[in-house]
Amino acid sequence: MYAQEVKSTGKGLKTLEEMDPEERAFQEKIDANIKIEPKEWMPEGYRKTLIRQISQHAHSEIVGQLPEGNWITRAPTLDRKAILLAKVQDEAGHGLYLYCAAETLGISRDQMTEQLLSGKAKYSSIFNYPTLTWADIGAIGWLVDGAAIMNQVPIQRCSFGPYSRAMIRVCKEESFHQRQGYDIMMVLAKGTPEQKEMAQDALNRWWWPSLMMFGPPDAESVHSVQSMAWKIKMNTNDELRQKFVDQTVPQAEYLGLKVPDDDLKWNEEKDGYDFGEIDWGEFYEILKGNGPCNKERLGARQKAWSDGEWFREGLMAYSKKRKARKVAAE
Amino acid sequence: MSNEWPLWEVFIRGQHGLSHRHVGSLHAPDAEMAVNNARDVYTRRNEGVSIWVVPANEITASAPGEKGPLFEPANSKVYRHPTFFNIPKEVGQM
Repeated sequence: MYAQEVKSTGKGLKTLEEMDPEERAFQEKIDANIKIEPKEWMPEGYRKTLIRQISQHAHSEIVGQLPEGNWITRAPTLDRKAILLAKVQDEAGHGLYLYCAAETLGISRDQMTEQLLSGKAKYSSIFNYPTLTWADIGAIGWLVDGAAIMNQVPIQRCSFGPYSRAMIRVCKEESFHQRQGYDIMMVLAKGTPEQKEMAQDALNRWWWPSLMMFGPPDAESVHSVQSMAWKIKMNTNDELRQKFVDQTVPQAEYLGLKVPDDDLKWNEEKDGYDFGEIDWGEFYEILKGNGPCNKERLGARQKAWSDGEWFREGLMAYSKKRKARKVAAE
Repeated sequence: MSNEWPLWEVFIRGQHGLSHRHVGSLHAPDAEMAVNNARDVYTRRNEGVSIWVVPANEITASAPGEKGPLFEPANSKVYRHPTFFNIPKEVGQM
């Protein structure tokens, strides 16, 4: 999802009997749905996995501002511009909630920024695609934020207190994002043939990348078992992907748009849709840094960070000077 | 990178006359900027009518290990709750 490639350090699942007393007490708390708070004892693997997961999630929110930011100055009306601006501002907020949650685990904000800028830390593959038309802003809100909600709602119940609380705030705000996207799609779908064509084209390009957001198929996601035992991952990738397809296909039908998958078919028996094979080769290429916009996205973050350096330092110097003056006056 | 802005804990009083409540944290160079940032990060949807910011390193917290000695003594003092006492119905509202 927003954290698609979280390598856990756990070596396979231990039974309660195999755990030492501290770890056993910890696991029993999790099994009893008692939240883990930052200063409490936790296995090193739990801490490390969570730092990776939450920081990837935060980086995704921050980088996720870039594809949409591309259209703020080109939004078709003043209303749409104000709405998009508010949405992108929310994404910055979501990144900040998440960075703070990760910091409670003992990593600093600067360390996380450094990991993003050096390419060591990942962010979601989805933000490495370009936003070519205004309809892409609709498709992102509808599909990308829709997929994000599907993933984030269960994480509200995760075992780590600060992450859970951050997710609750995020989810409260996220539903506006999806609705504003669908609203854009509705207007285009009911518009001129050219506008409808634009909406269809956006769906064509964003459909498969949206399905990839849920991460590799369960058979290949080797770290899931431990994360699920720790309750920092609540559903498998394939479960969530299926749920997303089942929810989204009728929404596309309402718009009168066609989901770009010839294998898509309702399966009465499983009470869900069967759908075609995802191009995992494309997914892994993007994670490696070879997507259409990887360089541009990272470049934009690096530029923002270095352009802002004088500002960050200036404000800090001013703050120190004022503090020193105050002490001298006392 | 050592010049990181310090961390502030943010407390917001909601609309309904309740106490300030911890909502999260943020980085800012000084208290004034912390209040400004808190407004942008934590009250974009009318969540509050007042903001407190406190330098995170100025907060003294109880240690998780002290949970037992600090809070367990209260468990045995159930008489502190009104429902401990049975008052006959005839007595009326009390």
